[in-house]
Amino acid sequence: MAEHKWTMIVDLDKCTGCQACVVACHAENNVPIASEAEVVRGRGLHWIRIERYWEGEFPNVKAKFLPVFCQQCGNAPCEPVCPTYASYHSEQENLNIQVYNRCVGTRYCGNNCPYKVRYFNYRAPEFDAPLEQQLNPDVTVRSAGVMEKCTFCIQRIRRAAETANAEGRPIADGEVQPACVQACPSDALIFGDKYDPESRVARMVPHNRQFKLLEHLGTEPAVYYLKGGETHVGD
Amino acid sequence: MLETRTETAPFWESPVPEDEVMAQQVAHYRDEHLLLDPRPPAEINGLMLAAMRRTGPVFWLLVVGLGGMVLALFTTWVIQMVYGIGITGLNRSVMWGPYIVNLVYFIGIGHAGTFISAALRLMRYDFRRPIARAAETVTLFGLAMAALFPLIHVGRIWKIYYMFPIPNQRELWPNFRSALLWDATAITTYMIGSTLFMFVALIPDLAMIRDRTTGLRRKIYGAFALGWRGTEGEWHRLEVVSNILGFVIIPVMFSVHTIVSWDFAMAIQPGWHSTIFGPFFIIGALFSGVAAVILVMVIVRKGMRLGYFLRDEHFSAMGIFLMILAMAWVYFYFAEWITNWYGNLPMEVALQEMLTGPLAPFFYLMLFGNIIVPLGTLWSRRVRTSLPAMFVIALFVQIGMYIERVLIIPGMLSRNELPFNWVNYTPRWPELLITAGTFSFLALLYIIWTRVVPIIPVWEVYEGQALQGRRRVGRAILPTRSDPH
Repeated sequence: MAEHKWTMIVDLDKCTGCQACVVACHAENNVPIASEAEVVRGRGLHWIRIERYWEGEFPNVKAKFLPVFCQQCGNAPCEPVCPTYASYHSEQENLNIQVYNRCVGTRYCGNNCPYKVRYFNYRAPEFDAPLEQQLNPDVTVRSAGVMEKCTFCIQRIRRAAETANAEGRPIADGEVQPACVQACPSDALIFGDKYDPESRVARMVPHNRQFKLLEHLGTEPAVYYLKGGETHVGD
Repeated sequence: MLETRTETAPFWESPVPEDEVMAQQVAHYRDEHLLLDPRPPAEINGLMLAAMRRTGPVFWLLVVGLGGMVLALFTTWVIQMVYGIGITGLNRSVMWGPYIVNLVYFIGIGHAGTFISAALRLMRYDFRRPIARAAETVTLFGLAMAALFPLIHVGRIWKIYYMFPIPNQRELWPNFRSALLWDATAITTYMIGSTLFMFVALIPDLAMIRDRTTGLRRKIYGAFALGWRGTEGEWHRLEVVSNILGFVIIPVMFSVHTIVSWDFAMAIQPGWHSTIFGPFFIIGALFSGVAAVILVMVIVRKGMRLGYFLRDEHFSAMGIFLMILAMAWVYFYFAEWITNWYGNLPMEVALQEMLTGPLAPFFYLMLFGNIIVPLGTLWSRRVRTSLPAMFVIALFVQIGMYIERVLIIPGMLSRNELPFNWVNYTPRWPELLITAGTFSFLALLYIIWTRVVPIIPVWEVYEGQALQGRRRVGRAILPTRSDPH
């Protein structure tokens, strides 16, 4: 039995599509910045991305924003297909872990991920100056040829767990915040341990607006989305 | 054993009847059927050895040209290792591309070799006799080429040993829940099995060459001939071993392409997750494989002047086989798509729009090459016995089957559950060069192989001829066949 069930809630009503989470994630997790040419080739690399869907015809256009990142599935399609156990399920954190050192780059996990949140390092990572000066020492910089994805900022979870353990207490709610949650100005992202009955996420679900992304596939994501209204663009 | 047991004359010296009509009939049979046209084994051996020794300027030009392409293949591969998979056109939705297409394609063309030499052997179809080794060679080198592609495909080739079940101190064992491991296991088994099967059938021919060469060649062929002397007991054991290996390898053959299809069918990617994929891939593999063997037969017959062995009857039989497989392939393709079309699920509609939209030229070219060309022409014996026509038809089937895999792999991957991630795929020079280089590599190995071993199993031919005879019924001469088994 896992001790924790780290869970994210995305309140689409509050998401403004500002992409602050994307920037925070790049900074925290040493995610390389893909060049414009690479993005055009469909190789944009973001552990969290804001999917933007348009509805209606101009001028009555509505935009819908959908932040998508690794759903940390309880029944993850990426895990059984990996021939080297580079993608495996962590018992302790109840997260889907990617072990960069084991990855040989068959990219089967990327094919089998219905959310397409796994990113392959097609090239060696490059950081334009002065970004190389601010790399996070707690996170590996991934080499070319390995798969990577959102970790729910596991380095922060580990640090909080170690601190709490040293002080002989459980991790307090709100003690761990992934970079995206920390950066979200509208409080659209809520993070916590669902197994802790007093935590904010545990108290929020089940929610009357809740749904899970591609729930019909049975992947049991650890991310809940709360249905939101549309954002009007223009006047 | 091949020496005839009749009391009067060896089997290749059957007398021509005095009656003129009967003599014409006999001449007709000799003309039409290889097995009714016996010649002394020495003459047949000579024919084969002369073809093997002939290396004209065209041969060397081909070796140099194909060798250059092989060099380009390995250079591109090294460049890819240094700069990463990023030099290809793959993107974050289409993570598998032509490398996996090539893997499936080259395993696929290997299937005909086993089917012709093992299944048709056990079912005693005599038309396979001169074709068997040419087909097995396609299997052997097709599998060798296919085995290159997992290596070319992975991101970190220098860590590939993580995938092998070798005792290690990394506390890391490969994950046998992954279809890729099943695939690797199946391909390895198939490779070992088909190589053994081919080698066993080669022994008498290697001994034949050993007896007709001198010096170093004699030593090399002698070593591989394993001291074959041609005794009754040796022939008997050859027969037994071939039969056992034949029965063993047929299920392996069926399992291999099923497991290759499971690389796709086990994934939840729309367009891949289909129960029909196993049998569908096997039929596709046999279809492209038989077409590949026909291509090779045309080239070998023209290039090595082996008109004595590869006759119209063989092209005709292979043409019928190809036509039946074309029908089976159409059936599976239709069954697969009508269920998707009728079901009208959003994802599957998106895939159909992909096929009839951006990929339409390829989609219709595939249908043309795989359905209209073979089914529209092969019913005619005149077409089946015309070498240029057979060459063109087989080429169309190759193109069609290659495109089929392209549509399944990068085609389907470019559409997925979240439309934000729909990315089309365009190949770039590394994939194209590596693919062209691999086809050249296969051709290069093949033409060298034709000069190293007899590409026609001559012992099988004269075994077949020894078992054939003629019988007079009234005024007609009819071919007979004895079956000592």
